[in-house]
Amino acid sequence: MDNSLYAIEVEKLTKIYGKGGSAVTALADASLQVKAGELVAILGPSGSGKTTLLTAIGLINEPTHGRVIIDGTVVADAGWLPGIDLKRLRREKLGFIFQAHNLIPFLTARENVMIALEINKLSRNVAKARATELLTALNLAHRLNSYPSALSGGEAQRVAIARALANKPKVILADEPTAALDTENGTNVMVLLKKLAHENHSAIVVVTHDQRMVDGFDRIFHVNDGRMNSELCKIPSAQSNGS
Amino acid sequence: MNLALRDIRYHRGRFILTSIGLGLLLGVVISMGGIYRGLFADALAVLSSTKADIWVVQQNTNGPFAESSRIPEDITYRIRAVPGVSEASPLSFQTIQIDKRAKPYRFFLIGYDLNGFGGPPEIITGRGIGQKHYEMVVAAAMGMAIGEKLHLGLHDYTVVGITGKVVSSGGDPVAYVTLSDAQDIQFKKDNSAIRNDRERLGANLDALRSIPPGQAKYLKQNISTITESTHTVNTIVARLAPGADLADVQARINRWNHYRPLSVAEQTRILTKGMIEKARMQLGLFRAILLVISAVIIALIIYTSTLDKIKVIATLKLIGSPNRVIVGMILQQSLLMGVIAYLIGYGLILLTYENFPRRIVLEDVDLQVLFVIVMGICTLSSCVGIRKALRVEPAEALGG
Ligand SMILES: Nc1ncnc2c1ncn2[C@@H]1O[C@H](COP(=O)(O)OP(=O)(O)OP(=O)(O)O)[C@@H](O)[C@H]1O
Ligand SMILES: [Mg+2]
Repeated sequence: MDNSLYAIEVEKLTKIYGKGGSAVTALADASLQVKAGELVAILGPSGSGKTTLLTAIGLINEPTHGRVIIDGTVVADAGWLPGIDLKRLRREKLGFIFQAHNLIPFLTARENVMIALEINKLSRNVAKARATELLTALNLAHRLNSYPSALSGGEAQRVAIARALANKPKVILADEPTAALDTENGTNVMVLLKKLAHENHSAIVVVTHDQRMVDGFDRIFHVNDGRMNSELCKIPSAQSNGS
Repeated sequence: MNLALRDIRYHRGRFILTSIGLGLLLGVVISMGGIYRGLFADALAVLSSTKADIWVVQQNTNGPFAESSRIPEDITYRIRAVPGVSEASPLSFQTIQIDKRAKPYRFFLIGYDLNGFGGPPEIITGRGIGQKHYEMVVAAAMGMAIGEKLHLGLHDYTVVGITGKVVSSGGDPVAYVTLSDAQDIQFKKDNSAIRNDRERLGANLDALRSIPPGQAKYLKQNISTITESTHTVNTIVARLAPGADLADVQARINRWNHYRPLSVAEQTRILTKGMIEKARMQLGLFRAILLVISAVIIALIIYTSTLDKIKVIATLKLIGSPNRVIVGMILQQSLLMGVIAYLIGYGLILLTYENFPRRIVLEDVDLQVLFVIVMGICTLSSCVGIRKALRVEPAEALGG
């Protein structure tokens, strides 16, 4: 659309938790660019800094050094830029999917999707129609009025996906979206994400532990002890467009 | 979409129970306000149902309600003769407690002149007192039926009529008898006591050497007339003629030196400021304490329900909800709880206030002020929760 090539740009991102003796460098000089429509995986052992990276991109974790640029807007340069409306960027440009589905327990499946649309100022009726459409596309037509507590893990995760996609965000961030699911459901969710990335032309970043799940991703990054291993970046496993 | 309502819908049971609990509390607050107003109404009930302009009582007393006052019945004629007075009538008051069916039974007996005023303000069932003796009209709260008999003093009195809600300043229901009956009940001794008195006084007269025997004999014959006069009343009430000046009439009666003419305004001040002031302050204090308790409870409820929703709030922030959505959710819930609790409390009192032992008077102003206070409390209390909510980091949505 504009002159920015990338949906996500991260330059030399460093995150240090705490101060002084107890400071922990969770991420050091990480850089990453993701184009719209690109599907990226971040792999790495526990505690390596994956969530830290993802939440910095997701504008919920302030970086200590380095820049974060979302859809051409510089958001952070050694900390959030003053005057940046993070909430607005989050609701307009970003979609989140997490390990624990994070659905609102007192809203039905459809209302959980609708809320994301309504805070973006869509009318109730439009939101309802769009939520119904999305959930139907995700095979949840029979679960529209169920509360999260009555949904299976896979169903709940699909509702969360519908919510993340509702506003057709430029960027979708998923932190271990399959960790709480069995292999079959996990694979289904991943297949779904890939399909949606292509249909919506969103940049998708998925953090995972599970090597098996990254089949068909465009690029894979490895994080180890806070450092991104760029050597291992370019391992597209042969099929570039197989889903 | 209204998140507050959705949350309530989902946690229906909890919300309803909390509202009922709070409603009971507010019901107590409302009833205290009602009792407070009722105290006034009760204290002034006899005063206002008598519809007199002047209450003449014994000099230097605040009678007849706050202090005992005794004046001779025949002053009535003198008062009637005062220019500006259109009518005057004697009244006698006494509190009576008897045992009826083994239970203490307390009421306030008013004796009035059948030809004067100050009798029952209205007759709901039955009729007014028709003959000079042994009939009574009672307030509905006495729980007596027409035809029922009550033994007072030396005689049985039959209930012939029921009047509405008239109570004494102490809250006891009122019964009316004729003035002469009331005086009988108050002063008349039984026969052996009378004989005893006569003998005693007679013996004293015999012992008085200074009185010639002829005179002593004469006095002895009249002992009963002298000592058994019961023509004493507690107050004489008077009404002014149209156009008469209250102060003028008061000044004239004052000049007699033995009586104090109290205006209705003075009587009202004596009753409200003196007699019920402490009770009033006590009730006010209770109300304040209960409101503080309600405030603390509402704040606690809202705070814990916010704590329960930390994850929800974090998620809302994560997906970019403006603060207004989150603040709205908490505030609306708090206000809604206040409104429902208020309605429950109000409904409860509305259904039960007739059965309270003391009169409850529900004034619109009181109810409106309380409503505003409750809304204020809810708003303030939710600030605690809102403060907490605004500090929640969106990242808190991530934790498993
Ligand atoms: N809020 C925090 N305060 C202090 N240290 C933190 C905080 N969050 C993370 N860390 C530390 O930063 C490092 C990276 O954490 P991060 O959550 O990014 O790891 P991760 O790769 O997502 O691990 P996992 O696979 O277990 O989710 C860890 O050593 C962790 O202890
Ligand atoms: Mg993690």
